[in-house]
Amino acid sequence: MFYYYFICKRKLWYFRNEIQMESNSEAVEIGKLIDEKSYKRDRKHIMINETINIDFMRNRKVIHEIKKSDSMEEASIWQVKYYIYYLKKHGVEDIKAILDYPKLKKRVDVELNKDDEEEIEKILLEIEKIVRDQKMPSIIDSKICKKCSYYELCYI
Amino acid sequence: MKNTYYLLKNGELRRKDNNLIVKACDGSEKVIPIETVKEIYIMGEVNVNSKLMTFLSQNSIILHFFNYYGFYSGSYYPKEKLVSGSLLVKQVEHYRSKEKRVELAREVLKSASYNIKRNLRYYNERGRDLEDEIKTIKNLRKHLDRQNEINELMGVEGNIREGYYRAWNKIVNQDINFEKRVKHPPDNMINSLLSYVNSLVYTTVLSEIYHTQLNPTISFLHEPSTKRFSLSLDIAEIFKPILGERMIFSLLNKNMINEDSFEKEMNSLYLKDSARKVILQKYDSRLKQRIRHKVLKKNVSYRYLIRLECYKIIKHILGEKNYEGFKIWW
Repeated sequence: MFYYYFICKRKLWYFRNEIQMESNSEAVEIGKLIDEKSYKRDRKHIMINETINIDFMRNRKVIHEIKKSDSMEEASIWQVKYYIYYLKKHGVEDIKAILDYPKLKKRVDVELNKDDEEEIEKILLEIEKIVRDQKMPSIIDSKICKKCSYYELCYI
Repeated sequence: MKNTYYLLKNGELRRKDNNLIVKACDGSEKVIPIETVKEIYIMGEVNVNSKLMTFLSQNSIILHFFNYYGFYSGSYYPKEKLVSGSLLVKQVEHYRSKEKRVELAREVLKSASYNIKRNLRYYNERGRDLEDEIKTIKNLRKHLDRQNEINELMGVEGNIREGYYRAWNKIVNQDINFEKRVKHPPDNMINSLLSYVNSLVYTTVLSEIYHTQLNPTISFLHEPSTKRFSLSLDIAEIFKPILGERMIFSLLNKNMINEDSFEKEMNSLYLKDSARKVILQKYDSRLKQRIRHKVLKKNVSYRYLIRLECYKIIKHILGEKNYEGFKIWW
């Protein structure tokens, strides 16, 4: 949800209004496989309060998010920052996060600071506003649309 | 790439690991990886068990059953994966409001009749002299704009189909006296073919609806009750001319289907297994045929046009964009 906010507000609207797409895209399938095949020794997909879904966690201190590529890094960073924020709100302190790109053999450390927290609170209000609106946000007409599973729904 | 599987022989269908096993009566076995399956048509007598059904459900695969005579018996429609309460409420609202319902129903028929007209024009350009029939349909299409009751719309549709069917004797090279549509049971070759092919279109549409949030039982043109997934019937109207009827003309004119394709039994005509196979092959390749989509600027299959129709209806129901039915543009 947080991720979608940064990528496409319209996708966020559709998603939250229960118009979800079946993944018939190859990119999604590849993403799924990467998720399945990497970090097999860790306990994965930790769903918390039906709200956040952590890919896996180490040492009870570091949450990991697995990504296929870093093309949406900004959105990914905010996604995990939100996870840290959410955990903090529920009394879990001193959490850090790592974005893992197994295919790129790359990882990025993420921490949450005070400014981020304020930013997140603003965004949360913004998200609520977007999804409650009867009208969905307009299409973003970006080159990323062609790869999106909502492409046909948006542009037809 | 996912495929539709048509099981014509008798035998058994079961799950083994993450694959499907098709076992024919002669003992031959075929393994089908589940990832390659889109849907399955069961046309023969096939044993299935609940373990299989569960497996198919998990993978969102529909089973369509046909009886011994080739008539559609029903579908195993797995538990919905894509559900949207808010969309459902709005879909119902579009049925309950007479104005909204008529608007959608009218657009369905306008598209359907446009596609019918295109079929006639196609054959007119190939020397069949269908000017009169085309003119009749053009006029009737204008009537659609004036009708504000469902049964009146249905009446106009009946007249359009009547004029259309009358033209078939001119389109089809074979000597079949096709007077009118008879269903239970079909009384001649064309009626048998139509029944069979229409049920294929109906089931294809149903499969596509399943992969969206639309509820298949709430329809606009047809009455949502009659023991069918009536939204399928609505959308099928639009695609019958291009997927079904154009194919029937071609099958008959290329002599791929003729009198020998039928078994005469108890006054009505049933398709032989071999003929069904010919039709299914042709139908399947038709669904896979691709065209350049003007709006999406990419190639889409005929089958995918049906999915896009569902999306357009969703957008209409959500109040985003007024529904404009599919009209053949090539």
